Amino acid sequence: MIEFQMPSLGADMEAGTLAEWLVKPGDLVKRGDVIAVVDTQKGLIDIEVFDEGIIHELLIKEKEKVPVGTVMALIASDKEPVVKQEEKMPAKITEEKKPVEKLPVTEMRHGIKVSPLAKRIAVEKGIDLNLIKGTGEGDAITKEDVERAIVENIAPKEERKIDSTESIRMAVAAAMSKSNREIPHYYLETKVDMSKALVWLSEANKQRSVKQRLLPVVLLLKAVAKALTEVPELNGYWENGLQQKDDINIGFVVSLRSGGVMIPAIHHADKKSIDELMASLNDIIPRTRAMKLRSSELSESTITVTNLGEGNVETVYGIIYPPQVAIIGFGSIVEQPWAETGMLDVRPVLNITLSADHRATDGATGSRFLMTVKNYLDKPAEL
Amino acid sequence: MTEQDIKQTIFQLLKKIAPDTEPEKLKPDDDIRRTLEIDSFDALQFVVALDAHFGIETPEADYGKIATLRQLISYIMKQKK
Repeated sequence: MIEFQMPSLGADMEAGTLAEWLVKPGDLVKRGDVIAVVDTQKGLIDIEVFDEGIIHELLIKEKEKVPVGTVMALIASDKEPVVKQEEKMPAKITEEKKPVEKLPVTEMRHGIKVSPLAKRIAVEKGIDLNLIKGTGEGDAITKEDVERAIVENIAPKEERKIDSTESIRMAVAAAMSKSNREIPHYYLETKVDMSKALVWLSEANKQRSVKQRLLPVVLLLKAVAKALTEVPELNGYWENGLQQKDDINIGFVVSLRSGGVMIPAIHHADKKSIDELMASLNDIIPRTRAMKLRSSELSESTITVTNLGEGNVETVYGIIYPPQVAIIGFGSIVEQPWAETGMLDVRPVLNITLSADHRATDGATGSRFLMTVKNYLDKPAEL
Repeated sequence: MTEQDIKQTIFQLLKKIAPDTEPEKLKPDDDIRRTLEIDSFDALQFVVALDAHFGIETPEADYGKIATLRQLISYIMKQKK
Protein backbone atom coordinates (compact mmCIF):
# COMPACT_ATOMS: atom_id res chain seq x y z
CA MET A 1 0.00 0.00 0.00
CA ILE A 2 1.32 3.43 -0.91
CA GLU A 3 1.07 6.15 1.70
CA PHE A 4 0.03 9.53 0.37
CA GLN A 5 1.38 12.17 2.74
CA MET A 6 0.83 15.84 3.39
CA PRO A 7 3.63 17.22 1.21
CA SER A 8 6.13 19.84 2.26
CA LEU A 9 5.71 22.77 -0.10
CA GLY A 10 8.91 24.46 0.94
CA ALA A 11 11.16 24.64 3.96
CA ASP A 12 8.73 27.02 5.61
CA MET A 13 5.72 24.73 5.70
CA GLU A 14 4.91 22.83 8.89
CA ALA A 15 1.27 21.93 8.39
CA GLY A 16 -1.56 22.21 5.93
CA THR A 17 -5.34 22.08 6.08
CA LEU A 18 -7.10 19.72 3.73
CA ALA A 19 -9.59 21.90 1.88
CA GLU A 20 -11.05 19.29 -0.40
CA TRP A 21 -10.60 15.73 -1.64
CA LEU A 22 -10.96 15.48 -5.40
CA VAL A 23 -11.04 11.66 -5.34
CA LYS A 24 -12.94 8.96 -3.46
CA PRO A 25 -12.05 5.39 -2.53
CA GLY A 26 -12.04 3.17 -5.60
CA ASP A 27 -10.87 5.93 -7.96
CA LEU A 28 -7.97 5.11 -10.22
CA VAL A 29 -5.19 7.69 -10.04
CA LYS A 30 -2.03 8.12 -12.05
CA ARG A 31 1.15 10.06 -11.60
CA GLY A 32 0.57 13.81 -11.80
CA ASP A 33 -3.17 13.71 -11.04
CA VAL A 34 -4.39 16.38 -8.66
CA ILE A 35 -6.17 14.51 -5.90
CA ALA A 36 -6.57 17.09 -3.15
CA VAL A 37 -6.59 20.80 -2.47
CA VAL A 38 -4.67 21.94 0.59
CA ASP A 39 -4.87 25.32 2.27
CA THR A 40 -1.42 26.60 3.19
CA GLN A 41 0.16 29.91 4.03
CA LYS A 42 0.65 30.24 0.29
CA GLY A 43 -3.02 29.87 -0.52
CA LEU A 44 -4.96 26.91 -1.86
CA ILE A 45 -2.60 24.49 -3.57
CA ASP A 46 -3.50 21.60 -5.86
CA ILE A 47 -1.78 18.49 -4.54
CA GLU A 48 -0.57 15.92 -7.04
CA VAL A 49 0.01 12.24 -6.54
CA PHE A 50 3.26 10.60 -7.61
CA ASP A 51 2.15 7.01 -7.81
CA GLU A 52 -0.29 5.01 -9.80
CA GLY A 53 -3.02 2.95 -8.21
CA ILE A 54 -6.46 2.88 -6.72
CA ILE A 55 -7.50 5.09 -3.82
CA HIS A 56 -7.99 2.65 -0.98
CA GLU A 57 -8.90 4.93 1.86
CA LEU A 58 -9.01 8.60 2.73
CA LEU A 59 -7.66 9.03 6.27
CA ILE A 60 -8.02 12.76 6.72
CA LYS A 61 -11.27 14.66 6.67
CA GLU A 62 -11.81 17.93 4.86
CA LYS A 63 -11.02 21.01 7.01
CA GLU A 64 -8.56 18.96 9.08
CA LYS A 65 -5.14 20.51 9.70
CA VAL A 66 -2.26 18.04 9.86
CA PRO A 67 1.55 18.28 10.03
CA VAL A 68 3.71 17.73 6.97
CA GLY A 69 4.36 14.03 6.49
CA THR A 70 1.02 12.86 7.91
CA VAL A 71 -0.46 10.01 5.90
CA MET A 72 -3.57 11.46 4.26
CA ALA A 73 -4.64 8.53 2.12
CA LEU A 74 -3.71 4.98 1.23
CA ILE A 75 -3.33 4.03 -2.38
CA ALA A 76 -3.29 0.42 -3.52
CA SER A 77 -0.78 0.04 -6.29
CA ASP A 78 -1.95 -1.77 -9.40
CA LYS A 79 0.13 -4.82 -8.65
CA GLU A 80 -0.78 -5.50 -5.05
CA PRO A 81 -4.10 -7.03 -4.10
CA VAL A 82 -6.29 -4.75 -2.02
CA VAL A 83 -5.94 -5.84 1.58
CA LYS A 84 -8.25 -5.32 4.49
CA GLN A 85 -7.84 -2.00 6.11
CA GLU A 86 -7.59 -2.71 9.86
CA GLU A 87 -3.84 -3.09 9.85
CA LYS A 88 -3.46 0.10 7.90
CA MET A 89 -4.38 2.52 10.64
CA PRO A 90 -1.16 3.23 12.47
CA ALA A 91 -1.56 4.78 15.89
CA LYS A 92 0.59 7.68 14.79
CA ILE A 93 -2.20 9.08 12.71
CA THR A 94 -4.85 9.09 15.38
CA GLU A 95 -2.34 10.79 17.57
CA GLU A 96 -1.89 13.53 15.02
CA LYS A 97 -5.61 13.96 14.71
CA LYS A 98 -5.86 15.67 18.07
CA PRO A 99 -7.84 18.87 17.84
CA VAL A 100 -5.78 21.51 16.17
CA GLU A 101 -6.33 25.18 16.13
CA LYS A 102 -7.96 26.46 13.01
CA LEU A 103 -5.66 28.19 10.55
CA PRO A 104 -6.28 31.85 11.01
CA VAL A 105 -7.04 32.60 7.38
CA THR A 106 -10.36 33.09 5.70
CA GLU A 107 -11.65 29.73 4.59
CA MET A 108 -13.12 29.82 1.16
CA ARG A 109 -15.11 27.39 -0.87
CA HIS A 110 -12.94 25.80 -3.52
CA GLY A 111 -12.81 27.51 -6.89
CA ILE A 112 -13.75 30.92 -5.57
CA LYS A 113 -11.77 33.65 -7.29
CA VAL A 114 -10.80 36.76 -5.39
CA SER A 115 -8.49 39.57 -6.34
CA PRO A 116 -5.66 39.92 -3.78
CA LEU A 117 -6.80 43.41 -2.81
CA ALA A 118 -10.40 42.26 -2.35
CA LYS A 119 -9.13 39.42 -0.20
CA ARG A 120 -7.07 41.78 1.90
CA ILE A 121 -9.94 44.17 2.48
CA ALA A 122 -12.28 41.30 3.29
CA VAL A 123 -9.82 39.93 5.81
CA GLU A 124 -9.25 43.33 7.40
CA LYS A 125 -12.96 43.99 7.68
CA GLY A 126 -13.83 40.44 8.69
CA ILE A 127 -16.05 39.87 5.67
CA ASP A 128 -16.82 36.25 4.78
CA LEU A 129 -15.95 35.89 1.09
CA ASN A 130 -18.15 32.83 0.80
CA LEU A 131 -21.17 35.09 1.15
CA ILE A 132 -20.22 37.44 -1.65
CA LYS A 133 -21.14 37.00 -5.29
CA GLY A 134 -18.33 38.09 -7.59
CA THR A 135 -18.96 40.40 -10.52
CA GLY A 136 -15.42 40.43 -11.98
CA GLU A 137 -13.87 38.31 -14.73
CA GLY A 138 -15.01 34.70 -14.35
CA ASP A 139 -17.13 35.70 -11.36
CA ALA A 140 -14.05 36.79 -9.44
CA ILE A 141 -14.74 38.85 -6.34
CA THR A 142 -13.42 42.36 -6.83
CA LYS A 143 -12.62 45.15 -4.43
CA GLU A 144 -15.96 46.78 -5.37
CA ASP A 145 -17.85 43.60 -4.44
CA VAL A 146 -16.22 43.55 -1.04
CA GLU A 147 -16.85 47.22 -0.47
CA ARG A 148 -20.50 46.71 -1.35
CA ALA A 149 -20.64 43.85 1.12
CA ILE A 150 -19.17 46.08 3.81
CA VAL A 151 -21.88 48.65 3.15
CA GLU A 152 -24.55 45.96 3.16
CA ASN A 153 -23.03 44.80 6.43
CA ILE A 154 -22.62 41.11 5.88
CA ALA A 155 -22.09 39.58 9.30
CA PRO A 156 -18.38 39.55 10.01
CA LYS A 157 -16.65 36.41 11.17
CA GLU A 158 -15.69 36.41 14.80
CA GLU A 159 -12.05 35.37 14.81
CA ARG A 160 -9.35 37.84 13.92
CA LYS A 161 -7.98 36.84 10.55
CA ILE A 162 -4.43 37.23 9.36
CA ASP A 163 -4.21 38.77 5.93
CA SER A 164 -2.90 36.56 3.14
CA THR A 165 -0.05 38.89 2.22
CA GLU A 166 1.08 38.85 5.82
CA SER A 167 0.81 35.08 5.89
CA ILE A 168 2.90 34.69 2.72
CA ARG A 169 5.46 37.14 4.07
CA MET A 170 5.64 35.21 7.34
CA ALA A 171 6.19 31.96 5.42
CA VAL A 172 8.98 33.50 3.35
CA ALA A 173 10.49 35.14 6.42
CA ALA A 174 10.56 31.81 8.25
CA ALA A 175 12.46 30.19 5.38
CA MET A 176 14.85 33.12 5.11
CA SER A 177 15.57 33.12 8.87
CA LYS A 178 16.35 29.41 8.69
CA SER A 179 18.59 30.11 5.72
CA ASN A 180 20.48 32.91 7.44
CA ARG A 181 20.80 30.82 10.57
CA GLU A 182 22.01 27.61 8.97
CA ILE A 183 23.59 28.35 5.61
CA PRO A 184 27.06 29.90 5.41
CA HIS A 185 26.47 32.08 2.37
CA TYR A 186 29.17 33.40 0.08
CA TYR A 187 28.47 36.07 -2.50
CA LEU A 188 29.91 36.71 -5.94
CA GLU A 189 29.07 39.32 -8.49
CA THR A 190 29.85 40.09 -12.10
CA LYS A 191 28.76 42.50 -14.82
CA VAL A 192 27.69 41.48 -18.30
CA ASP A 193 27.56 43.67 -21.37
CA MET A 194 24.08 42.86 -22.70
CA SER A 195 24.46 44.62 -26.09
CA LYS A 196 24.68 41.43 -28.11
CA ALA A 197 21.93 39.69 -26.18
CA LEU A 198 19.55 42.64 -26.58
CA VAL A 199 20.27 42.99 -30.30
CA TRP A 200 19.68 39.26 -30.73
CA LEU A 201 16.44 39.53 -28.76
CA SER A 202 15.14 42.47 -30.72
CA GLU A 203 15.86 40.66 -34.01
CA ALA A 204 14.20 37.52 -32.66
CA ASN A 205 11.12 39.51 -31.64
CA LYS A 206 10.75 40.99 -35.11
CA GLN A 207 10.11 37.46 -36.36
CA ARG A 208 7.49 36.80 -33.71
CA SER A 209 3.90 37.90 -33.28
CA VAL A 210 3.30 40.06 -30.23
CA LYS A 211 1.92 37.02 -28.37
CA GLN A 212 5.13 35.10 -28.86
CA ARG A 213 7.47 37.95 -28.09
CA LEU A 214 10.34 37.19 -25.75
CA LEU A 215 11.42 39.09 -22.66
CA PRO A 216 15.12 39.44 -21.73
CA VAL A 217 14.52 37.22 -18.70
CA VAL A 218 14.15 34.09 -20.86
CA LEU A 219 17.69 34.55 -22.12
CA LEU A 220 18.84 34.80 -18.52
CA LEU A 221 16.95 31.65 -17.53
CA LYS A 222 18.32 29.76 -20.50
CA ALA A 223 21.87 30.91 -19.74
CA VAL A 224 21.49 29.78 -16.12
CA ALA A 225 20.07 26.40 -17.14
CA LYS A 226 22.89 25.77 -19.63
CA ALA A 227 25.55 26.91 -17.20
CA LEU A 228 24.15 24.52 -14.58
CA THR A 229 24.67 21.58 -16.92
CA GLU A 230 28.35 22.57 -16.87
CA VAL A 231 28.55 23.43 -13.17
CA PRO A 232 26.03 20.98 -11.67
CA GLU A 233 27.33 21.40 -8.11
CA LEU A 234 25.06 24.42 -7.66
CA ASN A 235 21.93 22.53 -8.66
CA GLY A 236 20.65 20.50 -5.74
CA TYR A 237 19.89 20.27 -2.05
CA TRP A 238 21.91 20.26 1.14
CA GLU A 239 20.54 17.26 3.01
CA ASN A 240 23.25 15.44 4.97
CA GLY A 241 25.70 16.61 2.40
CA LEU A 242 25.28 17.89 -1.12
CA GLN A 243 22.66 16.04 -3.14
CA GLN A 244 23.12 17.10 -6.72
CA LYS A 245 19.95 16.87 -8.79
CA ASP A 246 19.76 15.65 -12.36
CA ASP A 247 16.67 17.70 -13.16
CA ILE A 248 17.22 21.42 -13.46
CA ASN A 249 14.06 22.98 -12.04
CA ILE A 250 14.49 26.71 -11.71
CA GLY A 251 12.46 28.36 -8.97
CA PHE A 252 11.46 31.73 -10.37
CA VAL A 253 10.64 34.46 -7.87
CA VAL A 254 7.31 36.09 -8.72
CA SER A 255 6.27 39.14 -6.74
CA LEU A 256 2.60 39.35 -5.94
CA ARG A 257 0.86 42.62 -6.66
CA SER A 258 -0.46 42.81 -3.12
CA GLY A 259 2.99 42.17 -1.63
CA GLY A 260 4.98 39.04 -0.84
CA VAL A 261 6.66 36.60 -3.22
CA MET A 262 6.04 33.06 -4.42
CA ILE A 263 8.61 30.81 -6.10
CA PRO A 264 7.08 28.41 -8.61
CA ALA A 265 9.38 25.96 -10.41
CA ILE A 266 10.07 25.96 -14.12
CA HIS A 267 10.67 22.25 -14.61
CA HIS A 268 13.48 20.94 -16.82
CA ALA A 269 14.58 24.43 -17.80
CA ASP A 270 17.69 23.04 -19.51
CA LYS A 271 15.58 20.93 -21.86
CA LYS A 272 13.34 23.82 -22.89
CA SER A 273 13.99 26.10 -25.85
CA ILE A 274 13.87 29.87 -25.46
CA ASP A 275 10.29 29.91 -26.78
CA GLU A 276 9.26 27.08 -24.47
CA LEU A 277 10.71 28.97 -21.51
CA MET A 278 8.70 32.04 -22.49
CA ALA A 279 5.60 29.85 -22.75
CA SER A 280 6.33 28.50 -19.25
CA LEU A 281 6.51 32.04 -17.90
CA ASN A 282 3.29 32.96 -19.70
CA ASP A 283 1.65 30.05 -17.96
CA ILE A 284 3.18 30.24 -14.53
CA ILE A 285 3.29 33.98 -13.72
CA PRO A 286 -0.47 34.61 -14.06
CA ARG A 287 -1.21 31.38 -12.16
CA THR A 288 1.15 32.40 -9.38
CA ARG A 289 -0.48 35.80 -9.10
CA ALA A 290 -3.88 34.12 -8.99
CA MET A 291 -2.48 31.69 -6.35
CA LYS A 292 -3.31 28.67 -8.48
CA LEU A 293 -0.21 26.53 -8.28
CA ARG A 294 0.31 22.79 -8.13
CA SER A 295 2.25 21.09 -5.38
CA SER A 296 5.07 20.00 -7.71
CA GLU A 297 5.58 23.61 -8.72
CA LEU A 298 6.12 24.65 -5.11
CA SER A 299 8.26 21.78 -3.94
CA GLU A 300 10.60 20.75 -6.73
CA SER A 301 12.84 23.75 -7.44
CA THR A 302 16.50 22.83 -7.38
CA ILE A 303 17.85 26.39 -7.57
CA THR A 304 16.30 29.87 -7.47
CA VAL A 305 16.49 32.83 -9.81
CA THR A 306 15.35 36.28 -8.79
CA ASN A 307 15.04 38.80 -11.58
CA LEU A 308 14.22 42.42 -10.82
CA GLY A 309 13.38 43.38 -14.39
CA GLU A 310 13.66 46.77 -15.98
CA GLY A 311 13.27 50.03 -14.13
CA ASN A 312 14.58 48.68 -10.87
CA VAL A 313 17.83 48.73 -8.91
CA GLU A 314 21.02 47.35 -10.40
CA THR A 315 21.91 44.65 -7.95
CA VAL A 316 20.12 42.07 -5.81
CA TYR A 317 21.81 39.71 -3.34
CA GLY A 318 19.62 36.69 -2.78
CA ILE A 319 19.11 34.57 0.32
CA ILE A 320 19.25 30.87 -0.45
CA TYR A 321 15.94 29.04 -0.22
CA PRO A 322 16.67 25.93 1.84
CA PRO A 323 17.41 23.13 1.18
CA GLN A 324 18.77 24.55 -2.08
CA VAL A 325 22.40 25.58 -2.29
CA ALA A 326 22.35 28.63 -4.56
CA ILE A 327 20.34 31.61 -5.73
CA ILE A 328 21.11 33.82 -8.72
CA GLY A 329 20.10 37.48 -8.73
CA PHE A 330 19.64 39.57 -11.87
CA GLY A 331 19.36 43.32 -11.48
CA SER A 332 17.92 45.78 -13.91
CA ILE A 333 19.75 46.27 -17.23
CA VAL A 334 21.06 49.84 -17.18
CA GLU A 335 23.44 51.87 -19.32
CA GLN A 336 26.86 52.08 -17.73
CA PRO A 337 30.36 53.11 -18.77
CA TRP A 338 32.15 50.06 -20.10
CA ALA A 339 35.89 49.69 -20.63
CA GLU A 340 37.06 47.16 -23.19
CA THR A 341 40.32 46.83 -25.15
CA GLY A 342 41.52 50.15 -23.84
CA MET A 343 38.37 52.00 -24.98
CA LEU A 344 35.56 53.46 -22.96
CA ASP A 345 32.00 53.11 -24.20
CA VAL A 346 28.42 53.12 -22.87
CA ARG A 347 26.72 49.72 -22.83
CA PRO A 348 23.56 48.15 -21.42
CA VAL A 349 24.96 46.37 -18.39
CA LEU A 350 23.47 43.63 -16.24
CA ASN A 351 24.72 42.87 -12.73
CA ILE A 352 24.52 39.19 -11.87
CA THR A 353 25.02 37.93 -8.34
CA LEU A 354 25.34 34.47 -6.94
CA SER A 355 24.71 33.56 -3.31
CA ALA A 356 25.80 30.01 -2.64
CA ASP A 357 26.18 27.59 0.26
CA HIS A 358 29.78 27.31 1.42
CA ARG A 359 29.15 23.80 2.74
CA ALA A 360 28.38 22.65 -0.78
CA THR A 361 30.73 24.66 -2.97
CA ASP A 362 33.31 27.38 -2.77
CA GLY A 363 34.06 30.61 -4.58
CA ALA A 364 35.97 28.88 -7.37
CA THR A 365 32.89 26.86 -8.33
CA GLY A 366 30.66 29.89 -8.06
CA SER A 367 33.00 31.97 -10.15
CA ARG A 368 33.16 29.27 -12.84
CA PHE A 369 29.36 29.26 -12.93
CA LEU A 370 28.99 33.04 -13.24
CA MET A 371 31.62 33.21 -15.97
CA THR A 372 29.78 30.48 -17.87
CA VAL A 373 26.49 32.41 -17.62
CA LYS A 374 28.33 35.52 -18.81
CA ASN A 375 29.82 33.70 -21.80
CA TYR A 376 26.43 32.45 -22.88
CA LEU A 377 24.90 35.91 -22.66
CA ASP A 378 27.77 37.13 -24.79
CA LYS A 379 26.91 34.56 -27.47
CA PRO A 380 23.11 34.58 -27.43
CA ALA A 381 22.85 32.61 -30.66
CA GLU A 382 24.28 29.61 -28.79
CA LEU A 383 21.52 29.63 -26.22
CA MET B 1 -13.96 55.33 -32.30
CA THR B 2 -13.55 58.49 -30.24
CA GLU B 3 -10.68 59.38 -27.99
CA GLN B 4 -12.98 58.78 -25.04
CA ASP B 5 -13.83 55.25 -26.26
CA ILE B 6 -10.16 54.42 -26.63
CA LYS B 7 -9.44 55.73 -23.17
CA GLN B 8 -12.21 53.62 -21.64
CA THR B 9 -10.92 50.52 -23.44
CA ILE B 10 -7.40 51.20 -22.21
CA PHE B 11 -8.72 51.45 -18.66
CA GLN B 12 -10.58 48.16 -19.01
CA LEU B 13 -7.52 46.37 -20.40
CA LEU B 14 -5.31 47.79 -17.66
CA LYS B 15 -7.83 46.66 -15.05
CA LYS B 16 -7.64 43.13 -16.41
CA ILE B 17 -3.85 43.08 -16.26
CA ALA B 18 -3.58 44.82 -12.90
CA PRO B 19 -6.94 44.27 -11.17
CA ASP B 20 -6.19 46.33 -8.08
CA THR B 21 -5.07 49.52 -9.72
CA GLU B 22 -7.12 52.57 -10.58
CA PRO B 23 -6.19 53.49 -14.13
CA GLU B 24 -8.96 56.13 -14.17
CA LYS B 25 -6.78 58.18 -11.86
CA LEU B 26 -3.90 58.30 -14.36
CA LYS B 27 -3.04 61.81 -15.51
CA PRO B 28 -2.40 62.21 -19.25
CA ASP B 29 1.36 62.47 -18.83
CA ASP B 30 1.90 59.93 -16.07
CA ASP B 31 4.13 57.03 -17.00
CA ILE B 32 1.55 54.23 -17.05
CA ARG B 33 3.87 51.40 -16.03
CA ARG B 34 5.58 53.27 -13.25
CA THR B 35 2.39 54.74 -11.83
CA LEU B 36 0.48 51.47 -11.81
CA GLU B 37 3.58 49.41 -10.92
CA ILE B 38 3.29 47.13 -13.93
CA ASP B 39 6.29 44.87 -14.50
CA SER B 40 7.75 43.92 -17.88
CA PHE B 41 5.76 40.70 -18.00
CA ASP B 42 2.42 42.43 -17.44
CA ALA B 43 3.45 45.23 -19.79
CA LEU B 44 3.86 42.66 -22.54
CA GLN B 45 0.44 41.19 -21.75
CA PHE B 46 -0.99 44.70 -22.01
CA VAL B 47 0.49 45.23 -25.48
CA VAL B 48 -0.86 41.81 -26.54
CA ALA B 49 -4.31 42.85 -25.33
CA LEU B 50 -4.11 46.27 -27.02
CA ASP B 51 -3.11 44.74 -30.34
CA ALA B 52 -5.84 42.14 -30.20
CA HIS B 53 -8.50 44.63 -29.22
CA PHE B 54 -7.69 47.43 -31.62
CA GLY B 55 -6.48 45.19 -34.44
CA ILE B 56 -3.14 46.95 -34.59
CA GLU B 57 0.41 45.70 -34.47
CA THR B 58 2.78 47.38 -32.06
CA PRO B 59 6.41 46.59 -32.87
CA GLU B 60 8.79 46.36 -29.95
CA ALA B 61 10.59 49.45 -31.22
CA ASP B 62 7.45 51.50 -30.52
CA TYR B 63 7.17 50.65 -26.83
CA GLY B 64 8.82 53.96 -26.00
CA LYS B 65 6.05 55.80 -27.85
CA ILE B 66 3.26 54.51 -25.65
CA ALA B 67 4.51 55.24 -22.17
CA THR B 68 1.81 57.71 -21.14
CA LEU B 69 -1.93 57.81 -21.62
CA ARG B 70 -1.68 60.78 -23.95
CA GLN B 71 0.97 59.06 -26.09
CA LEU B 72 -0.87 55.77 -26.12
CA ILE B 73 -4.20 57.25 -27.22
CA SER B 74 -2.62 59.22 -30.02
CA TYR B 75 -0.59 56.16 -31.08
CA ILE B 76 -3.72 54.01 -31.29
CA MET B 77 -5.64 56.68 -33.22
CA LYS B 78 -2.81 56.95 -35.75
CA GLN B 79 -2.50 53.17 -36.13
CA LYS B 80 -6.20 52.76 -36.66
CA LYS B 81 -6.36 55.32 -39.47
